[in-house]
Parts: sequence; structure tokens; C-alpha cells
Amino acid sequence: MLGGKVVWVTGASRGIGQAIALACAAGGATTVLVARTAGHLADTRDKMSAGGFPTPIVLDYDITDSVAVGHAFQEVYKTTKRIDGLVNNAGIMRDALLGMISTADIEQSFSVNVFAALHHLQFASRLMRKIGGGSIVNVSSIMGHRGSAGQTVYSATKAALIGATLAASKELAPFNIRVNAVAPGVIQTSLLDGLSPEKLDGRVQSIAMGRIGTPEDVASVVAFLISSQSAYVTGQVLGIDGGMTA
Amino acid sequence: MSVEKLKQVFAVSLDVPLNKIVDEFRYNAVPQWDSIAHMALIAAIEETFDILIETEDVIDMSSFAKAREIIAKYGITI
Repeated sequence: MLGGKVVWVTGASRGIGQAIALACAAGGATTVLVARTAGHLADTRDKMSAGGFPTPIVLDYDITDSVAVGHAFQEVYKTTKRIDGLVNNAGIMRDALLGMISTADIEQSFSVNVFAALHHLQFASRLMRKIGGGSIVNVSSIMGHRGSAGQTVYSATKAALIGATLAASKELAPFNIRVNAVAPGVIQTSLLDGLSPEKLDGRVQSIAMGRIGTPEDVASVVAFLISSQSAYVTGQVLGIDGGMTA
Repeated sequence: MSVEKLKQVFAVSLDVPLNKIVDEFRYNAVPQWDSIAHMALIAAIEETFDILIETEDVIDMSSFAKAREIIAKYGITI
């Protein structure tokens, strides 16, 4: 369903980002894998190779540096002549209670979770206009519309992504560029490693489906939103949370 | 030669007579050069010269003279 398409995925080295990249590649897309260090993408690249998927383009650059982002898009576009999909997945989570949040953490969180996504959105949409359309998916979070104690900054960044999604979808719809967001709930990634069994159990209790989500649960929805199977879907924030917000 | 090419891009993208495209020709000087047309103009310049203009330069491109200056930064002899 993604054959012939070029799909850009930030934060593709592990977890949800890696699963998204693999799902897109399994669908036939040539993926552009982005991480701060190219070596971190070896695992994703190896899995694609083992699966017989199209060879990815591997890039390492600072996603918060708008000039570096521009150069990356220019270099890839020169080769591929098309960018069909963008998944703004890269993100960081810094938990801290109010009164204990450092300015540095606020700035870094917004820089990675929001500003980087906006830089990518700008360049990708300009290139998508040249080929008559495309699809952009921003990976937000259930925290972006529900919030959680100790996650004021993270929640604020994810809410910002939702606002950007809604505005951009309206601006880009006339150019056949769709912009959607996904809002994962509790997903089995390294972010859960620090939780005690009791806390983890508490999280599971809040999920109607009674289980934690997998990165693949998120990836299949993102691949659908990138593909033309969702050709008439834009400006949506799709919860992937096992019924937490039902 | 590239100056003439750039003038052509401006004239065609903004639907303005070629002789109006001079260094002093500025953003919003004619109704056609609004923010929506600006992005189409940028796309046409990128296509013509095979470059990708950085966001700050997109914002800075406020006149034909400025456009010449910016294009030169991308290695285009102008």
C-alpha cells in the first residue's frame, strides 16, 4: 500500500519510531530513517534487510537545527525527487513536578518535541506540493489532551503538536497534503522501564482493553494514515490507547 | 543569464509584465505578490534553479534585489 512512496521517519532507531519505519517499509515504502547518530539506526536497517524491504536512506542530523533539516531534505529530494510521507515521531519525556522543572528541560522538550516537528513539517510540505500531495503524521500522546501529574511540560509539547496538526491540515488541504496526529496511550517502550510493578499494574487497570499497547499497534495506524487508504482523512487526532479515552 | 531567468520566474509566477521586474520590485507592491503567491514563487524558483531555499531566506525574500542576493548564496551565478 506504500509502494513507490518515500516516507521520512524521525526517531526511527527504536520503539514506536522503529516500528513505524518497519511498517512503512513492509508496505513497500522507501524510508528515510533519522536519528542523531547513524549507528543507532543499524538495528532498524538490519531488520529491513532481513525482511527484504526496500533499502532505507539513513540520515544523522540534529533535528532541532532548522538549517540541518533543510539540507537533509534537499539532499534526499535530489535523489528521490519525491517525499510522500513524514512521520514526526522523535520526542523526549522529562518528568518533573511543578516547581522543580528547569528552564533547560522546558526548552529542550519544546525544541525536540515541537520545534523540530515544525521544521520538518515546513520543508516536507513544500516538497509535497511539488508532487501534488502527501501525508504527514505527528506522533502526539494521550497526555496532549488528558495530561498527567508530573508531566506538565511533556503534555504541553504534545498538546502543541495537536494544535499544529489541526492548523496545518486546514492550510495544506487545498494542496492535497493531509496532516493527522496519533495519540498513543500506554505503549510498551523503554519509557516504561523505570516504572515499578505496582505503578505498571495501575496503568493497566486504567486501560479498558486490559493490556498495554505495542509499538506495532501504533505503527499500523500510522502506516494507514500515511497511505492512500486514508485519502480523505485529515485534521484528525486518532487515539491509540486501548479504550483509555473511550 | 540567471538574472533573466529569475526575472522570467517572477513575471510568470506573479503574472506581472517582465519590464516591471526590477531590483526595487517589492513584496506586496502589486496585489498578486501576496503570501500565497510568495510560496508559489519560492517553489518556482526552487524548481528552476534546482535548490531548496531555507526557511529564513523564504521569509527574507522581500524584493527582487533580495531574491538575487539570496539565490547567489545557493551557488547560482547571478
